[in-house]
Amino acid sequence: MFRSAVKLVTPWRAIMAAFLATGAVLVFFRFTRGLGSVTNLSDQTPWGMWVGFDILAGIGLAAGGFVMAAAVYVFNLKRYRPIVRMAILTALLGYIIFIVGLILEVGRPWNMWRVITNPNIHSPLYEVSLCVMAYTLVLILEFSQVFFEKFGWDRLMAVFHRLSVMLVILGALISTLHQSTLGTLFTIAPSKMYPLWYSPLLPVHFFLSCIAAGLGMVCFESFLSERFLKHPPRMDLLSRIARFMAVMLVVYFIFRIGDLAVRGVLGLAFTAGFAALLFWLENLLFAIFPIIMVFSRGLNIGRKALFVVSFSVVLGFIMHRFNVAITSFHLVEDAGYFPSWKEFVVTACLISAGFIAAGLAVRFLPVHGEETVKSKD
Amino acid sequence: MAIKSFGLLIDVTRCIGCGACSENCKEINDLPPEIDDKLTAETWTVVREKSDGLHVRDLCRHCVEPACVASCLVAALTKTEHGPVVYDKSVCIGCRYCMVACPFQVPCFEWHSPNPRIRKCILCEPRVLEGKSTGCAEACPTEATVFGERETLVEMARARIKADPDRYHNHIYGLDEVGGTAVMFLSPVPFEDLDFNTDLVNYPLSDITWKILRQVPTIVAVGGVFLGASYWLFKRRDEVKKADQAVESGPEKEADDV
Ligand code: SF4
Ligand code: SF4
Ligand code: SF4
Repeated sequence: MFRSAVKLVTPWRAIMAAFLATGAVLVFFRFTRGLGSVTNLSDQTPWGMWVGFDILAGIGLAAGGFVMAAAVYVFNLKRYRPIVRMAILTALLGYIIFIVGLILEVGRPWNMWRVITNPNIHSPLYEVSLCVMAYTLVLILEFSQVFFEKFGWDRLMAVFHRLSVMLVILGALISTLHQSTLGTLFTIAPSKMYPLWYSPLLPVHFFLSCIAAGLGMVCFESFLSERFLKHPPRMDLLSRIARFMAVMLVVYFIFRIGDLAVRGVLGLAFTAGFAALLFWLENLLFAIFPIIMVFSRGLNIGRKALFVVSFSVVLGFIMHRFNVAITSFHLVEDAGYFPSWKEFVVTACLISAGFIAAGLAVRFLPVHGEETVKSKD
Repeated sequence: MAIKSFGLLIDVTRCIGCGACSENCKEINDLPPEIDDKLTAETWTVVREKSDGLHVRDLCRHCVEPACVASCLVAALTKTEHGPVVYDKSVCIGCRYCMVACPFQVPCFEWHSPNPRIRKCILCEPRVLEGKSTGCAEACPTEATVFGERETLVEMARARIKADPDRYHNHIYGLDEVGGTAVMFLSPVPFEDLDFNTDLVNYPLSDITWKILRQVPTIVAVGGVFLGASYWLFKRRDEVKKADQAVESGPEKEADDV
């Protein structure tokens, strides 16, 4: 296998180690001197990069897990089976990173269990936290098959098979609620957000966009796993996924523009200024460019093109979530927030940790490949 | 309802900008004496000078149906039946969603504490429960801030505008804004001149989120049926043309699970 090909110290590992060490120091400061000592947040900007990136974008990009699982187990698209585990792994890691990020992000994490004893069902955030707990559990169960297989626990594997469809349907339902409710969070602040991003239909925007973004991430990580783990991407599958992603992007984009038009604020997108610039950059990266690329090349889309497209989708998606969570507030009332370098480092740490975990999982567990089929090389 | 719900009426025409309210608030609530120039975790009310020499207080409005209360996932913020919107640090997780939700940018956070709390004006809840006035109203030398039952205050505000229409801009800010607030304002000039947000909706902001959250059971039911039905349908179809499928899905042999 690839184990022999990997040296102990590589430049990437050195960079990651450096990040992690700095991050550990920053986390120490965060817990001893408060959030203000590592972030540029203020009473005017209570949510910043950690919410925008680690939470909103991270959860959205993990959507590939439930979409692929539903495709294989519910819609019986068996050909995608070779990548469903990788998608589930990404989702699981995404959620674990998210939970770690949350512990750093909230001010009083030791009270987090209160969500169970003091529920406020009127709060969208309550629903979000319930879904996070439930879906993480579902993902752990879904991913556990990999362990069962690795250790040859056939009886458990059989139980899993019987439950798998139920689990997947449950996971898809929870994800749908969860992804859309992240959008609902922001509907409570109509007067504080720029109209190009505020919408009472934000939950629908969030849901539609996460499907495309999750699929984009599935493609993107296939290339990463080629780069770092020498695992060749399945272009035959990825190009089909890309096509479905493009269809979802078309749906999203029509909905996005239509929503603005119906509410009579589309004109703002054609008013010269920073807001319109951001709006078009976001939509160019997330929707317009990928749609054109995928539909013009069809299933013959090459590796390079698909890599660029998936990167563009991921980037545009992150931009959308940032614009909703941060920029749109600043366009209404500029509170002068820009993330501190420390916020960047902690975020980079979380991502690095995710990569390390993914790398280890791929190396030691039968993540690539299918159930009951042994690792090929 | 028999229970009285209290509030404040702040009359900008009467405010002389002395800052006695801020000072007394500090004293009564055991806050450090320095008065910041905007609301912070340690300054729960400020007096700001606007153009024309007018002075305007900023503080929590104690909304009738507060966005901060609806947004708090653990109900750390609650609207008490006497009017004050109060906070319980023992359940708060510090997510700061209340700060995002509040249309008046009121709740503040202790950014430099390892054990941070949300801090804001509590309408002097302990005093109100004792039947006393708030610290700020008590300290005000010109009765620019008056404490009382909300209903009485609304009557008072209407009477003032009626008695002296030239002195007042004909609007009670807080009567309907975001569904009404317990702290209301009268002004000699239109409220946008005082940098008040005049674009607020006149229904509670939580109506928007609740309208969406209410759909959850429907989404679960419809989604569950849709996914279940799809599973059954595609499985049936698959059984019919299983042979084709096996060829198409590549060299590996088909796992016969699910
Ligand atoms: S003004 Fe803000 S903090 Fe005060 S009750 Fe209303 S929503 Fe809550
Ligand atoms: S910061 Fe505390 S009070 Fe505010 S919404 Fe979160 S849990 Fe509730
Ligand atoms: S009501 Fe009490 S807590 Fe609020 S500003 Fe006045 S004195 Fe301060």
